[in-house]
Amino acid sequence: MADTYYNPEDLAKFGKVTDWQEELGKKFFDYYGSVFKDGALTAREKSLIALAVAHTIQCPYCIDAYTKDTIKKGCEEEEMMEAVHVATAIRGGASLVHGVQMMNKANEMLM
Amino acid sequence: MKLTKSLKAQAHELANIERQLGILSDAESIGVAPFSSKMAEIGMLPLKPTALDIFQVNVGKMCNQVCKHCHVDAGPDRKEIMTKETMQMCLDALEGTSISTVDLTGGAPEMNPHFRWFVEKLSEMKKNILVRCNLTIIVANKKYYDLPDFFKKHNVEVVSSLPYFSARRTDAQRGEGVFEKSIRALTMLNAVGYGVEGSGLTLNLVYNPSGAFLPDSQGTLEAQFKKKLRDGYGISFNNLFAITNLPISRFLDYLVNTGKYETYMEELVNAFNPEAALGVMCRNTLSVGWDGHLYDCDFNQMLDLKLAGNAPNHIRDFNLKSLNERDIILNQHCYGCTAGAGSSCGGETI
Repeated sequence: MADTYYNPEDLAKFGKVTDWQEELGKKFFDYYGSVFKDGALTAREKSLIALAVAHTIQCPYCIDAYTKDTIKKGCEEEEMMEAVHVATAIRGGASLVHGVQMMNKANEMLM
Repeated sequence: MKLTKSLKAQAHELANIERQLGILSDAESIGVAPFSSKMAEIGMLPLKPTALDIFQVNVGKMCNQVCKHCHVDAGPDRKEIMTKETMQMCLDALEGTSISTVDLTGGAPEMNPHFRWFVEKLSEMKKNILVRCNLTIIVANKKYYDLPDFFKKHNVEVVSSLPYFSARRTDAQRGEGVFEKSIRALTMLNAVGYGVEGSGLTLNLVYNPSGAFLPDSQGTLEAQFKKKLRDGYGISFNNLFAITNLPISRFLDYLVNTGKYETYMEELVNAFNPEAALGVMCRNTLSVGWDGHLYDCDFNQMLDLKLAGNAPNHIRDFNLKSLNERDIILNQHCYGCTAGAGSSCGGETI
């Protein structure tokens, strides 16, 4: 075990998960590859969505991978940061909207 | 950090070609297979020319810019310039051949005092002429302001580097203020018809990554460049060529300095594509150096890897038959041309 839970070099070893369960691993990577191809959304748009989600789930591997991918796909710094703000707004909003639940409960308790 | 001098003027260790070749040959110690063995695996060793169709002439290393990735190590302090006599040797060599395209590069080729004479002579020979124009030269001095008209007169195809459609990344790679000047120059080229539909005047742009990564799909990048340049600046162009940065000269310096050399080489090797290897530009190109020496490509030229075997080494000894029979010289930097969708002076190769 490494000294830290996350090691940047592990990202390149992602494909090795198939070593211990080939069938499921292969299905996952085939699916993954298909998801990120140009479709109704462009591969570029999907990459920006992935970057936002990466920040939402706070996965360092994903942030590493999709920062590289969005830059390679020609995304501008402003677009990348706006994608992070979208993630932030949804995350923050998800907390804040529960404030209504709090208000409901408080109103129920109080005269 | 702003770059103002060439590696040569800095007396930098990587101005020494032997040092560059030393780093490249060390690739084996970091687990990178020799490029020649990779080519042998796919039955492409020795690599032979197809038929010579592009005659690329480097008319000098002098340039008004000092770009961070420059494989020529060009700059205002470089004095190597092709003489008129050597240009005449090029014209003599081209006479009577079926070579269709002459590709002029530098430095900034327009800074060579005999540049216009050379273009006029090539134009008389009815060659397709490409000029690799860095754009900013057009607005650098009054004496260059008429370059768009001069190019138009001789139906020159203009190929210009613009690594990104914003100032931040362009200036970081090519120098402060380059983006704004490039936009002004592109506007001037558009004004005489370059890149404008139906004009017959071709203006192609070159994208190369602003860092240690491979270019993405040329088509996707081209669509973005077209939209951004049209919407933001009213500029149009024909095609975008996506070119991979090869690990030599200043880009090698960047890789080594930032500790990215090993991972970049790994990325190139992992992306090795046999289909791209089939279409490498050295198979139909001859590269002529400022002093008349001959090379398989502009990169081999910068590493002073002269033609192999019995092939002539100087333009004065030009011999098409022996050139077409030569073995092409390979080294570790060649991985840059065979990665992904391939890379050449005309962009993707597959």
